[in-house]
Amino acid sequence: MTELRRVVVSSLTLGGAVGIFALSFGVASVSAGASVWQTCALSLFVFTGASQFSAMSVVGAGGSMLAAYGGAVLLAARNLVYGLALSSSAKSMAGNLPRRLFAAHFVIDETTALALAQSSPRFRKVAFWTTGIGLFTFWNLGTLIGALAGTAIDPQKFGLDIAFPAAFIVMLVPHLRSKLGRQASALGGVLCLVSISFLPIGVPILIAALAVLVGVRNDQ
Amino acid sequence: MINEAPTNLWLMIIVLAISAYLLKMFGLVVLGSRQLPKVFDRCLGLIPAALLSALVLKDTFSVGQSLMVDARVGGFAVAVIAAWRRAPLIVVVVLAAGATAFLRAI
Repeated sequence: MTELRRVVVSSLTLGGAVGIFALSFGVASVSAGASVWQTCALSLFVFTGASQFSAMSVVGAGGSMLAAYGGAVLLAARNLVYGLALSSSAKSMAGNLPRRLFAAHFVIDETTALALAQSSPRFRKVAFWTTGIGLFTFWNLGTLIGALAGTAIDPQKFGLDIAFPAAFIVMLVPHLRSKLGRQASALGGVLCLVSISFLPIGVPILIAALAVLVGVRNDQ
Repeated sequence: MINEAPTNLWLMIIVLAISAYLLKMFGLVVLGSRQLPKVFDRCLGLIPAALLSALVLKDTFSVGQSLMVDARVGGFAVAVIAAWRRAPLIVVVVLAAGATAFLRAI
């Protein structure tokens, strides 16, 4: 029973931390020009953090919707890998097909990490659902509060336009632990900076994706 | 700031929501426990590293299509140091926003 409690507590703690991220998403999203409703719709229905931030960062900079969409989808692609990693446990976690289709909405970094960290199917199920539902709740509450706060103040005056890069930096740090991650990150940054002045706004972010090709030759 | 009608933003949000769901669902429900080729797996895993650094630089050093250095660089430097020292996001944002606002005010 204490083991079960540990799983639930670690899921909910993570949810709280994620709420802070959502707060800054809410502020940043409305300051980039989205309405409170649009900001909340992103968190409710897209529900994958980096993609939401990326989409609104490009929109806020004046990029086309297509460029904003492209970058966001690229960042969402890794959820496919998470889904694959969880798929062998899908039946024990979620049961029948309609339930699995519902569960799919909650397949993100955190739910995958916490579910796969459990040794038994029972704990995996508990971890997946408490993390998923807890995180979803905190993520959307944080977004709403942030969006309302963001419409009430002038983000420029409080330096809150820095909320986008600051959040991206925090998300980037764990990826810099591996050599391959550092290479992809450096190359992606360079590709973006050299193409920014002659490509449409937001497109340099797509060009930066070419940097993942450093992973092709490195066959360890 | 937005140069397109808000309807376009709604359209983008809806299409993005559908795409994001399909990606999650394909992995979990449709493809099953099939293995992706190792190279493919590794490249997908590198997307955040490549795109997040591009996004950081875009948001710090550009306005539209022009590169420029302004008060945001101060916030950027503070954010990098704070994130590197593993400060929680709220601390990173508050410090970076404070630095940016301060540089703008002087």
